[in-house]
Amino acid sequence: MTSLRSLTKTLFLVELLQGLAVTFRYLWKPKFTVHYPEEKTPQSVRFRGLHALRRYPNGQERCIACKLCEAVCPALAITIESDVSEDGTRRTTRYDIDLFKCIFCGFCEEACPVDAIVETRIHEYHMENRGENIMSKDKLLAVGDRYDAMITADKTADAPYR
Amino acid sequence: MMAHVPGLAWLLAQWSAMPAYLQLLIVKTAEIIGVMLAVVISVALLTYAERKVIGWMQSRHGPNQIRIFGLPILKGVAQPFADVIKLLLKEVLVPSKADKVLFLLAPMIAIVTALTTWAVVPFSPDFVLADVDAGLLYILALTSLGVYGIIIAGWASNSKYAMLGAMRAAAQIVAYEIAMGFALVGVLMASGSLNMTAIVSAQSGSILHWNLLWLFPLMIIYFISGVAETNRAPFDVVEGESEIVAGFHVEYSGATFATVFALPEYANMILIATLTSVFFLGGWLSPFQGLVPADWLLAQSSFLWLFIKILWFLFCYLWIRATFPRYRYDQIMRLGWKVFIPLTIVWILVECGMVALRVGPWAQFG
Repeated sequence: MTSLRSLTKTLFLVELLQGLAVTFRYLWKPKFTVHYPEEKTPQSVRFRGLHALRRYPNGQERCIACKLCEAVCPALAITIESDVSEDGTRRTTRYDIDLFKCIFCGFCEEACPVDAIVETRIHEYHMENRGENIMSKDKLLAVGDRYDAMITADKTADAPYR
Repeated sequence: MMAHVPGLAWLLAQWSAMPAYLQLLIVKTAEIIGVMLAVVISVALLTYAERKVIGWMQSRHGPNQIRIFGLPILKGVAQPFADVIKLLLKEVLVPSKADKVLFLLAPMIAIVTALTTWAVVPFSPDFVLADVDAGLLYILALTSLGVYGIIIAGWASNSKYAMLGAMRAAAQIVAYEIAMGFALVGVLMASGSLNMTAIVSAQSGSILHWNLLWLFPLMIIYFISGVAETNRAPFDVVEGESEIVAGFHVEYSGATFATVFALPEYANMILIATLTSVFFLGGWLSPFQGLVPADWLLAQSSFLWLFIKILWFLFCYLWIRATFPRYRYDQIMRLGWKVFIPLTIVWILVECGMVALRVGPWAQFG
């Protein structure tokens, strides 16, 4: 009896028609696709993307070459060399982040006592030549200068939860 | 008046001065080129429709970027044309150990058989390229020849995956050709003619006179066999990308890829959709025939009705592809040999009973 029922079901394509009904319903359903780059998904202010070095409002570098970020970095992506600058403060002469080594964990940002190194929400960057993966001090400062408003806004928004 | 356009007048004079056979030749050539262009453009649009429909069924959008001449309308419609241009510009690679003559001959066989079959397809009451008496046999012969393109492609590639694909294609076509032939025997019994136009005319009267009603199981079997014949999902073991990379066309690239695989496959899909409409859904006959007054536009037979029916079957093709996973190879063979062939024979016997008892379309012979 069971086999007869199963034979009838097979012969009249019952289960196949059920499957077709499912796909037909989905034909009319709204689609989930986000039309990147025209549309973007919402991003947290805590998003950890490209790094930047910040300055104080008076233009002075925040970084004091304490090397805490270099020490905490689990991927050993940060290399720092320091010296005494002209005004007698301790400053970095070299501050390199290897973006290929970096795992974007955000520890450098958390370790920094002066909020100098931060990770911005920029994630749409690329490299065209060998060596461009090394973010030197100049490049990091440039990123910080260019996106200063965004970084400040993000850090202010996140500050109450830190 | 005509003196102002001497070129036109001269052309008209030349035209009427031509012998009738030359005029016929020119008109037929123009018709053939028109049908071929229509098929090729339909193929392009079908690949677009396929990606769109399957995308929608998978909650995606499908191609939606390439526009015709950059116009801000119909985004994505130009995608197949961009694909074709890309394929034609790419290098045609011939494997060093391949049989070069056969390797390049195979796409031509595939494309020639896929396009010549259209000669006997009745598009509208008064348009068919060649109204031959054995049109159905011609179609059966040419669709079977088409598989030689695939087999030769697989053989000439000198690649084990291509060879496996070709062998699978051969076995599959043999299995399903028989079921397809038997399904058409049912159509022959209903129409009493091998002529395609006569097959359509035999179904005229009303929607109840279509073969759809009395030969419904045969229609289902014919269409599913058609899906198998064209090596489409869920019968696409010939390509079987998860097992044998891409099957028979694994070594083809560029223009040869477009002609060995894309064009014939999609042209055959449209052909099967057209033939199913012609054999079972009354071709260019209006579904409102006999329901509304005969002089209404709705009841007129025209290409439009055939077009709608073709679109429906093409949608079924895409729908089936979006829904079902690929059959295992032995399941395909079992379905072809042990299910479809017995079923068609049974229904032909049922039809014999209907003919003997003069029911349905055979009542008129009583």
